[in-house]
Amino acid sequence: MLAATLAPFVLGVCAPMVRRVAGDYTGWVLAVLPAALTLYFVQFLGPVAAGDTLSFSTEWIPSLGIALSFYVDGLSLLFALLISFIGTFIVLYAGAYLKGHADLGRFMMFLLMFMGSMLGLVLSDNVVTLFVFWELTSINSFLLIGFNHDKSRSRRAALQALVVTGGGGLALLAGLLLMAQAGGAMELSILLADGDVLREHPWYLAILILVLCGAFTKSAQVPFHFWLPNAMEAPTPVSAYLHSATMVKAGVYLLARMNPGLGGTEIWHVVLMFFGGATLIAGAILALRNTDLKLMLAQTTVASLGLLVFLIGIGEPLAIQAAMAYLFAHSMFKGALFMVAGSVDHGTGTRDLHRLSGLGRIMPFTAAAGGLAALSMSGLPPFFGFIAKEWVYKGTLDGSLPLVLTAVAITGNALMFAVAFLVGFKPFFGRPGDTPQKPHEGSLGLWIGALTLAVLGLFFGLFSNLSESLFVGPAAIAVAGKAMTVDLYLWGGFKAPVVASIITVSIGALLFWQGRRASDALARLIDPIWGPDKGYDQFMDALIALARGVSGVLQTGILRRYMLITFLVLATAVVLPQLFDGIGVTFQTPPIDLLVWSVALLTLGGGLAVVIIRSRLIAIMSMGIMGIGVAFVFLLFGAPDLAFTQLMVETLSVVILALVITRLPVFGSDHRGPVQITRDATIAVAVGGALAALLLTIVGSPLDIGLSTYFGERSYTEAFGRNIVNVILVDFRALDTLGEIAVVTIAGVSVLAIYAITESVRGDKSADSDAEKTP
Amino acid sequence: MNSLILRTATPLLSGLMLLFSIYVLLRGHNEPGGGFIGGLIGASAFAVYAIAEGLAAARRALVVPPITIAGTGLLLAALSGVISILFGDPFLTGQWWFPSFAPDMKLASTVVLFDVGVYLVVVGAIAGIAFALQGRE
Repeated sequence: MLAATLAPFVLGVCAPMVRRVAGDYTGWVLAVLPAALTLYFVQFLGPVAAGDTLSFSTEWIPSLGIALSFYVDGLSLLFALLISFIGTFIVLYAGAYLKGHADLGRFMMFLLMFMGSMLGLVLSDNVVTLFVFWELTSINSFLLIGFNHDKSRSRRAALQALVVTGGGGLALLAGLLLMAQAGGAMELSILLADGDVLREHPWYLAILILVLCGAFTKSAQVPFHFWLPNAMEAPTPVSAYLHSATMVKAGVYLLARMNPGLGGTEIWHVVLMFFGGATLIAGAILALRNTDLKLMLAQTTVASLGLLVFLIGIGEPLAIQAAMAYLFAHSMFKGALFMVAGSVDHGTGTRDLHRLSGLGRIMPFTAAAGGLAALSMSGLPPFFGFIAKEWVYKGTLDGSLPLVLTAVAITGNALMFAVAFLVGFKPFFGRPGDTPQKPHEGSLGLWIGALTLAVLGLFFGLFSNLSESLFVGPAAIAVAGKAMTVDLYLWGGFKAPVVASIITVSIGALLFWQGRRASDALARLIDPIWGPDKGYDQFMDALIALARGVSGVLQTGILRRYMLITFLVLATAVVLPQLFDGIGVTFQTPPIDLLVWSVALLTLGGGLAVVIIRSRLIAIMSMGIMGIGVAFVFLLFGAPDLAFTQLMVETLSVVILALVITRLPVFGSDHRGPVQITRDATIAVAVGGALAALLLTIVGSPLDIGLSTYFGERSYTEAFGRNIVNVILVDFRALDTLGEIAVVTIAGVSVLAIYAITESVRGDKSADSDAEKTP
Repeated sequence: MNSLILRTATPLLSGLMLLFSIYVLLRGHNEPGGGFIGGLIGASAFAVYAIAEGLAAARRALVVPPITIAGTGLLLAALSGVISILFGDPFLTGQWWFPSFAPDMKLASTVVLFDVGVYLVVVGAIAGIAFALQGRE
């Protein structure tokens, strides 16, 4: 299982090389992996349909309870199969769509890495692993949306998607960690097994809000729905794969996964139904308002995601079944329609609905795929989309639920019916339109995927018992977290859901007939409204203005100002806690020891000299005296390592300052006025006094020797060293040291960089070509 | 710097300092010392050498640019942590090798390798800064 998840990453890294060898056949070569993964996941269908769940685990960071653990049940298997199966055709399609593109190899790399991340996301059992894969999908989505990085619209859309989904991801991380704390486990399978623990926990509301933030941003729910249509800047294979069939469903997946643990409460029902319903209506209206094929499909995707959230929010068994059936149907027809839209764009050079017509004869396969997928999307029998829609109505008409839910579902579905016919039929019928290119059918790779998915929509409708027992049934049971009977059928007699379907089709047909007029009317109505997309720009502009303001105050480029701010912060940070906790300074009688007193006097004398003496050179040397005095203190009180280091640092300081002296007007006198001197003296006294008080408090409080004993005992027995300080540095806390030496290296590089910049600004390259060579 | 005493003593002194720095580095596990202190001594050896003999001579003595040394040290320290992963332990867990011919030798370990990395980072970074400041002669 780990290998299956990581394989796309490995192949992804190799994709540019594969492209160099395979040329135009890159898609066919790379599609072998997702095809193999599909077969791999198919073998689990039998056991999972029989009610089994499978777990796989590999240790990752055992000390933190983080494992690469995977969990296969009906829900994750349905997703894994959709990801790998649709992924196979998407890779084929991308190979044909971007044939000859200079960056095809890079594109395939991102696409395959996304596939691996998405598989990891839906299969993860560990909350941290889930989060890691979740963020990986956001990052790959960013890279793929921004694939045409020379267009500023692409860059904006990519950044917007990253900001929205990445921000939501952070909320999700907090939510997942709280959940792990509350439930006392890192594995979802354990956390969700007994949902009452989470539902009755005082943190429930916080966990719910944070998890919903993650899910709603990822699945483009109102008010975060704006990023998804903008993401259509990506090449069409990306739109078909990430932004309809898989990634945007991650939020829906998360909600479905969490349903046994977080679902079932009043607030869960209300929030999910409200936001899901609002998204359904908003997306469907915006879809009809647009005339660009891809944008229309994107908006209906938003609407469909809303419908899924809405159904999960209802939470009754029939609604859960409807959600899983609709999710299954949607992945097939929407993936197919996106590929059809891309093929039409590829063959004609436009995606404008008004300019496309009569393509059926020229592009027969694309037209067939578009027509079949549109029939499934519009929910007509005997397609699987019909069953899904019937179950949506069964779910909303179930028992005591208010009728407004059914009304919302009918409105959304009717609008989507119109869009399905506009996208799937209109371009292919009537007289040939006026297109930028002479229309032509694409190569096999461009239509095979769409046609396969569209035909499957018909197949699973006709053989509904197959889709029920293998896909929808096990998934619905996994979401509900309890057993239920699932029985999908095409025709269940003339009952209320059928009536709802007839109403849907009637309104939808009317809207389709008046398509252009409805679209124009909606455009007049909607366009002037302030939307969150504009809000995003305003937010980003305000953020940048704020950042500019803050750095204008803090980052003046004047060293004195930096030191001033640093010391002020230090003094405040040390003084404030002491003011709140009370000052616990206790004075101990100092030992009557000539050596100690002379060292103390030496150190104090050095410090006094620094303040009084006006010559900078002597002041620097007095500082050295102070430093060496401190080294003596360390030596006297049994810290030879510290004394050793202190002495070396002081020596090197003298060497380096001696070098600096040759460059600065060190012999100049103090130029500060009385005001400045008073200010600096005040800050100096504040910092010194605060630190002294802190030290006296620490010395006065009882010493906890637990750590010293621990390291003293284990230093030799476990790390074979008698020098505890060094053993701590290089063994017990080696990771800290690794971070510190990284900082030392960066500081070294920075000094060289600043030096190189100042030298080149001066234009003084002849005097010193030596240092320039240093990288 | 044109001082006869300094120029005469420096080659000897800095050589001794360098030797001493390695001694301090290696004894660090049981006695006061270690990579950080050793590195500071090593860096001063080169800094003193640069003051006495000139920057060009000091760079020649160091063979590779100082920042390369620092980078190599960082890489070495990180690699010493990776070795323990190969043995199935978490990153940076000390691995020890006690050869049968010298069972008391406690130097063949990733911990000492890590300390050598620290040493190289400090030598490289500090010498690099010192050289840069000395830039114009």
